[in-house]
Amino acid sequence: MVSVSPVRVLVSLLIAFILISVVPASAKQFDAESFALSNGLQVVVVPFHRAPAVTQMVWYKAGAYDDPPGKSGIAHFVEHLMFRGTKETPPGEFSRIVSENGGRENASTSPDYTVYYQTVAADRLELVMRLEAERMHDLLISEEQVTPEREVIIEERRTRVDNQPASLLDEQRNAVLFLSNHYRLPAIGWLTEMRGLGADDARGFYATWYAPNNAVLVIAGDVDVARVRALAETYYGPIPPRPVPAHEALAEPPKVAATRLEMTSGHVASPAWSRAYLAPSYTESGGKPADALTVLAEILGGGESARLYRSLVIDKKLAVSTGAGYEPFRSAGSFSIYAEPNDGVSVTDIEAAMSAEIRRLLSEGVSATEVERVKQRLQASALYSRDSLSGVARIIGASLVTGRSLDDVQAWPERIGAVTAEEVMAVARQVLKEDAGVTAVLLPEKRS
Amino acid sequence: MRRSTLRGALALLFGLVLSLGAARANGIVEVRSSSGVTAWLIEDHTLPLIAVEFQFDGGSALDPPGQEGRANLAMDLLDEGAGEFDSHAFKSRVEDLSVRLDFEASYDAVGGTMRTLSANADSAFDLLQLALTSPRFDAVAIERVKSQVASELREGEEAPKVIADRIWWHTAFPDHPYGRRSAGSLASLAKLEAADLRRFVAERFGRDKLTLGVVGDITPQRLAALLDRTFGSLPAHAATAAVAETAAFDEAALLVVNMPIPQSVVTFGERGIKRDDPDWYAALVMNEILAGSGLTSRLTSEIREKRGLAYGVGAGLSPLRHAGILYGRVATRNDRVGDVLDILRAEWRRFRDDGPTPAELKSAKTYLIGSFPLSLDTTTRLAGLLVSLQVEGLGMDYVEHRAAALAAVMVEDVRRVAKRLLDPDRLRIVIVGAPKGLVGATEIAADGN
Repeated sequence: MVSVSPVRVLVSLLIAFILISVVPASAKQFDAESFALSNGLQVVVVPFHRAPAVTQMVWYKAGAYDDPPGKSGIAHFVEHLMFRGTKETPPGEFSRIVSENGGRENASTSPDYTVYYQTVAADRLELVMRLEAERMHDLLISEEQVTPEREVIIEERRTRVDNQPASLLDEQRNAVLFLSNHYRLPAIGWLTEMRGLGADDARGFYATWYAPNNAVLVIAGDVDVARVRALAETYYGPIPPRPVPAHEALAEPPKVAATRLEMTSGHVASPAWSRAYLAPSYTESGGKPADALTVLAEILGGGESARLYRSLVIDKKLAVSTGAGYEPFRSAGSFSIYAEPNDGVSVTDIEAAMSAEIRRLLSEGVSATEVERVKQRLQASALYSRDSLSGVARIIGASLVTGRSLDDVQAWPERIGAVTAEEVMAVARQVLKEDAGVTAVLLPEKRS
Repeated sequence: MRRSTLRGALALLFGLVLSLGAARANGIVEVRSSSGVTAWLIEDHTLPLIAVEFQFDGGSALDPPGQEGRANLAMDLLDEGAGEFDSHAFKSRVEDLSVRLDFEASYDAVGGTMRTLSANADSAFDLLQLALTSPRFDAVAIERVKSQVASELREGEEAPKVIADRIWWHTAFPDHPYGRRSAGSLASLAKLEAADLRRFVAERFGRDKLTLGVVGDITPQRLAALLDRTFGSLPAHAATAAVAETAAFDEAALLVVNMPIPQSVVTFGERGIKRDDPDWYAALVMNEILAGSGLTSRLTSEIREKRGLAYGVGAGLSPLRHAGILYGRVATRNDRVGDVLDILRAEWRRFRDDGPTPAELKSAKTYLIGSFPLSLDTTTRLAGLLVSLQVEGLGMDYVEHRAAALAAVMVEDVRRVAKRLLDPDRLRIVIVGAPKGLVGATEIAADGN
């Protein structure tokens, strides 16, 4: 009796791809190509032939931002239910099939998007495209599946947020930073609202937002554009487009009061201090402010030669760690700085030192040399990011669903290279307004 | 046109032997420098990047009594000033050259990773050479890093997951270095001085203990020269040192650290299996079916998918050099901890008594074979693999060998290893949280007493 093991099949199919030659290096960030299907699905292909592997990511332009009032967490809940069966594939089968084919998979929900992805051997691409296309339009949401999964997301919230004082405080800080904008909502949902999420809520969210004309498909790896186009036409092409609403447009009112949050917890050892400011989105004013803020965050907090680390950790010995970050979304953004005090150093001293650094920045500016050094590092990081297949697909997908074009992504290193010291200072003055920041302080409980 | 040899290597990882006319795509080569430093190399010019992984055998388990945390502190300080550069100068140089340099200490080894743009390779290797051969250990840097490590240790005394891990290892290995923290204690850390750290470097960084893996945009000739320049001046031999063989304390335990948090964190485990055990592959398959990653394992199916009792549950084999462990974690609401433990023990028992089904066996084997090369998707991960292949003595043909060994695992093999390893009555379980209605638990303080 002859038996062909699945391993053998995998091996023989892979041989077909060995003779594909290596794509020459390009000056662009990625060697990506884009096209659209007639149903509106945008497809991006990034051929990368280093290994016979491929990553599929489907990005929906719907996330926690789009959770209806009182239903926070529903976008994330739908993400979980996407693994619980379609008309063609029973509950649990999706993951079993991917796993039996040696694949890796996951999904995640952000304010602006929900993304699903698999990495498989290149010859298994068709299989995962078929499965992913199925759940773009054929998801089944039953009470039987909803009931245990709701408990799963509640446990996920406890693991990620409720058991972690710093995450709890971040969540509260966000809710205060954005006065009107839905970015104030935690993607996982408020526990009080999660308990009330039901099958109808999930069906409603899915029916509203999951459509080919509201999605971006990114395929990166050992493929060519013609083959992806043919597979996309076969599996995604027949899915009919649907009218999808615009994301609710909310103008964020100016923040006129400095705000301070303090939380005391029995489960932290040392205090932590942070301050967040409202900031421009990815795309505001053509994306220029976002690029300048990226450079500013690196000057203040990128690594151990950066300003904040040098001042607070090395020179003044006040902190054990410090940093800065710019988090842009589709229609707003935040810029934050943080520090953890050294043992015995008061939060007041940390706050004074951080405020002094910001004042120094605003009064003395940044030097051209500082800007040049940071720009070089950021451009090198763009090169490093090409080393990971899923990293490449993630950068492209996240940019496209938050309002940037593929050309914008390709030109990122050049755009960063064009940022000037004057532009950095202009966004610094616009964003770092002491009377409009939200300061959050985490304090350990006093023990007797 | 130049063929990417990394692609060749990865194709080999997928279980292929390539014969392309006369040119055999031979992925991994051994590079030997004139002074005798060797490295395994996968040459790949797809991107202008190089990843170097290096490791010295002998880790924090060798910290002398009273100096726990010595290896960890010393490794943390290697890039805090070396040669003529003080800490800030060294770090600025590393960052301006876009070099990524990380050092770390584990129980059995110390080492690190260096990534660089190939255009900066000479300077990058020089910085690594300085860090390994002339670390300064300036007093001011020692104080700063000590306060950072101390801060992490204090945080670890409050974080439920860290407490649960620490108590599990501490009680499973009460008389062995594996029962101590790699970072040491606040008391031992405070006592460490520059002379201790210099002694660590002098004793441990010997070429006879060094293993190197390199992947990326570099030729064997250029690498050979850089190996000499970087590692050639290290002492030929490290000091003699040995860690005792051991095994986890083999007695059931149910320990609870009371903490008023909404979700209990549970760690569980028992004796496992070492990497060189003939049943290693059967044990891998067993663990994948019972407690593997993904949504398909028995534990995930019973605890998460059917009952919604946890976001994640899983276990894995930890093959330390001197002991093997089977170790897992789950977090669940306080009022359901008892139910989760019942399911855990029942699944442990069911697997020991009945073994896997043929369908489960097939599914786990194809996953383990197919997903492995997919996990090696960066030059850094591949460089790490090259080091572990050498350290474990697995050979350049490991990936073919691994796929064949997994394919050969039969139901009887998994049953045999399950009977040997799984004992629901010997599980050591540590809970941090406010579990309700738990029977037979012993309360323990967060510091393990």
